[in-house]
Amino acid sequence: MAVKVRIPTPLQKLTDGKDEVEGEPGTIISLINFLNSKYPGMGERITEGGKVRKFVNIYINDEDIRFLKNEETEVKDGDEVSIVPAIAGG
Amino acid sequence: MKFTQEQHLRYLRHIMLPEVGEEGQAKIAKAKVFIVGAGGLGSPAGYYLTAAGVGTIAIIDNDNVDLSNLQRQIAHSVKTLGKPKVESAKNTFESLNPDVNIIAIKERLTKNNILDLIGDYDAVVDCSDNFATRFLVNDACIMKKRPLITGAIFQFEGQLTAVIPGEGPCYRCLFEEPPPPDALPAPSEAGLLGIIPGVIGTLQASEVLKLIIGIGSILKGELLIYNALKSSFRKVKVPKNPHCPVCSENPTITELIDYS
Repeated sequence: MAVKVRIPTPLQKLTDGKDEVEGEPGTIISLINFLNSKYPGMGERITEGGKVRKFVNIYINDEDIRFLKNEETEVKDGDEVSIVPAIAGG
Repeated sequence: MKFTQEQHLRYLRHIMLPEVGEEGQAKIAKAKVFIVGAGGLGSPAGYYLTAAGVGTIAIIDNDNVDLSNLQRQIAHSVKTLGKPKVESAKNTFESLNPDVNIIAIKERLTKNNILDLIGDYDAVVDCSDNFATRFLVNDACIMKKRPLITGAIFQFEGQLTAVIPGEGPCYRCLFEEPPPPDALPAPSEAGLLGIIPGVIGTLQASEVLKLIIGIGSILKGELLIYNALKSSFRKVKVPKNPHCPVCSENPTITELIDYS
């Protein structure tokens, strides 16, 4: 089992259109580094200076990491991680 | 309030619901709703709220109808090409239900006019198409203590949440700041499946009606995410940020900000 990562529509260009990719357990920041190594450019879209950008939220299952341990939140095998950026279309 | 025989027939499917009844329909008829944007989301939101018999609906937008709007903006038609969107929407809504008082406002919403404009309304529906307006509307709703139903769309996805000032988190608890320009692709350059605003705008109208009637649970403290490609709806939690710059006990933002 691995970590399931949901990729939002605006970032699917980096994953060849895939809306779900696999990640490795660890912390959120190590997961983002892992994703960036597989999908270059992902890191800077989600983080800035090691911090998750203020218009992007990351959820483990349905919990917002800002109210857990932020970038240091542990991700375990079987967890579902969702990356949810603000969108503005109307 | 007394409904005429014609009104009774028009709203019969509502009135026969025990959760709504004549009492609920009377609440709808007295309600005043302010819609920001007469585009993809504002069209279905306004259309269904009009059909439901909301007493007063104000709709603000500064654009004119363009042919490229008609793939999704169902309040407009080839007959209103080039005309102000709010006039076009007013005509469409009034032809569906003349009971409803539609106030068309052809203006840009700014930090200077928003507080006065939304002051008299029971709920605000954010159907705007840019981050600057979204943050402005959120902050103004917190300052004026007005419930806000905010929806947003992008390509095959939609997001929806409710902000109930004093009770739950706000849009800034969810996303603290707008992204810098060019951080995300603009919706106008990214494409959009035409039904996405139909789904999200209709759900916005549903939240407004529940709020007015006082039934069900509102999407407070939750973000609903719709994905058309997966035919999926899922919810994530939106906790109230105790340090929120606008809705916490010690806000750092006490005046409206123009991000545009």
